[in-house]
Amino acid sequence: MAEVLVVVEATREFGVKKVTLEMLTLARELGTPSAVVLGGPGAAAALADRLGEYGAEKIYAAESEEIDGYLVAPKATVLADLVRRVSPAAVLLASAQEGKEIAARLAVKLDNGILTDVVSLDTDGTATQVAFAGSTIVKSKVTRGLPLVTLRPNSVNPVPAPATPAVEQLTVQVGDTDKLAKVVDRVAEQKGSRPELTEASVVVSGGRGVGNADNFKLVEELADLLGGAVGASRAAVDSGFYPHQFQVGQTGKTVSPQLYVALGISGAIQHRAGMQTSKTIVAVNKDAEAPIFELADFGVVGDLFKVVPQAADEVRKRK
Amino acid sequence: MNIVVLVKQVPDSGADRNLRSDDNTVDRGSASNVINEMDEYAIEEALKIKEAHGGEVTILTMGPDRATESIRKALSMGPDKAVHVVDDALHGSCAVATSKVLAAALGTLNPDLVICGAESTDGRVQVMPHMLAERLGVAALTGARKLTVDGGNLTVERQTEEGYEVVSASTPAVVSVWDTINEPRYPSFKGIMAAKKKPVQTLSLADLGVAPGEVGFDGATSTVLEHSKRPPRSGGAKITDEGDGGVKLVEFLATEKFV
Repeated sequence: MAEVLVVVEATREFGVKKVTLEMLTLARELGTPSAVVLGGPGAAAALADRLGEYGAEKIYAAESEEIDGYLVAPKATVLADLVRRVSPAAVLLASAQEGKEIAARLAVKLDNGILTDVVSLDTDGTATQVAFAGSTIVKSKVTRGLPLVTLRPNSVNPVPAPATPAVEQLTVQVGDTDKLAKVVDRVAEQKGSRPELTEASVVVSGGRGVGNADNFKLVEELADLLGGAVGASRAAVDSGFYPHQFQVGQTGKTVSPQLYVALGISGAIQHRAGMQTSKTIVAVNKDAEAPIFELADFGVVGDLFKVVPQAADEVRKRK
Repeated sequence: MNIVVLVKQVPDSGADRNLRSDDNTVDRGSASNVINEMDEYAIEEALKIKEAHGGEVTILTMGPDRATESIRKALSMGPDKAVHVVDDALHGSCAVATSKVLAAALGTLNPDLVICGAESTDGRVQVMPHMLAERLGVAALTGARKLTVDGGNLTVERQTEEGYEVVSASTPAVVSVWDTINEPRYPSFKGIMAAKKKPVQTLSLADLGVAPGEVGFDGATSTVLEHSKRPPRSGGAKITDEGDGGVKLVEFLATEKFV
């Protein structure tokens, strides 16, 4: 079966990201999965076991200071060389900032079509995309070149299929135009142990109704009890209650968890854009007319400062 | 500094948006059209740089005739002039072809700095800054929440999942911005009046030396096969808290196996 390249998304702290395991699971239906690690020296060794566990038959390792020290251009150059050499059946990347950026450059380099925010991909190359804030389902296809697709996190259920991957080191040859955007510093911000927002199976979000930054502790407490990530509406972020990287909605992250809990969020269309494909939605809001209740599988009209602490106690009791 | 800001006209994300049933493109006829929200932050950032360092700000838009409305609106914030790439053959263009046309237009403007929004609210594809940088052979500093200009040196702070990165490059470069970077100004009455007289140059594909077959449906690298509206979610049970709302909520979560 033809090779399918999966460009590995990983973080320093947590290793291989869940979306990578989703891509490997999808790749197994399309052909033989090969994982491509684009990182600094030694990057692949730390990820190999996990990639093998989810069926990577091969790992291409491109490891170099040049890959780590600049924004995506060197990664795209290495990947384009690999694609030209092995002619894969498809190339899968994560539909997040970096994955989309690598894919963008690859599309231009190879004069190849690109499909983003894909939630499923058939063996004939037909992709399903979700458009317009989850309101429209689109079937589409790359018509020039190979299927170059970015997969939206939480689209595929990752299933292990142990394999013993052979590792092939790639020679990293990049040009001067790949080294124009230099990373001069990386600053880690405290994250704690919560799952990453776009990958979490439970997301608990707070909105304007939370009232202030301090009260977000209540949102965090419920998120931690449910093993979820914390999100925030744009109103909450603009009011300074919670940092922007946790914003869910039109100008923030798109999430599609199993459970989305909306606390003090009215449900403006800009917020719905980022969460309405969640499997189950529950909401607490004091305004019975809030549009969020139109989406919620279960809604509580009430004061979140009474309802949420009681819910937290109840979860503790049941544990 | 010669700055070009990319502005896209999009259907209002607050209204009902659709794909056309005849050719599967974004329906721009029935929707109310606005400037892509993120582009207003790009315009603001360009104006701030011009105010601090001097230079000129040019709006660049590719779109149908009616995109003129958005161009005038953009100019009313304060940019000096605009370039409108308009050609019937562009209808149905994919991202790869769009980047080819915009890169050709940028070639005629020779900017030191190109600023754009990180994504548009219609496609949310996020690929244009890197596609343009790839074609032009310049740096792309994407997703900026802060931009510092020091002569020909640019430094950007960008949010990542683990914290943030500081990235630097020399001009010429493409920078894309998120809405955390500034607070866009409202057009003044004077600005609105002045915008009516500002030069708007229109460029056709022939002007740019791009063949019609390289763009539009003929030149597209991908195609939409079909589309459908997702059935709207319907609300489920809604209860009013009578002192046991929290418990009821958790009971629901338990039946769904979340607790």
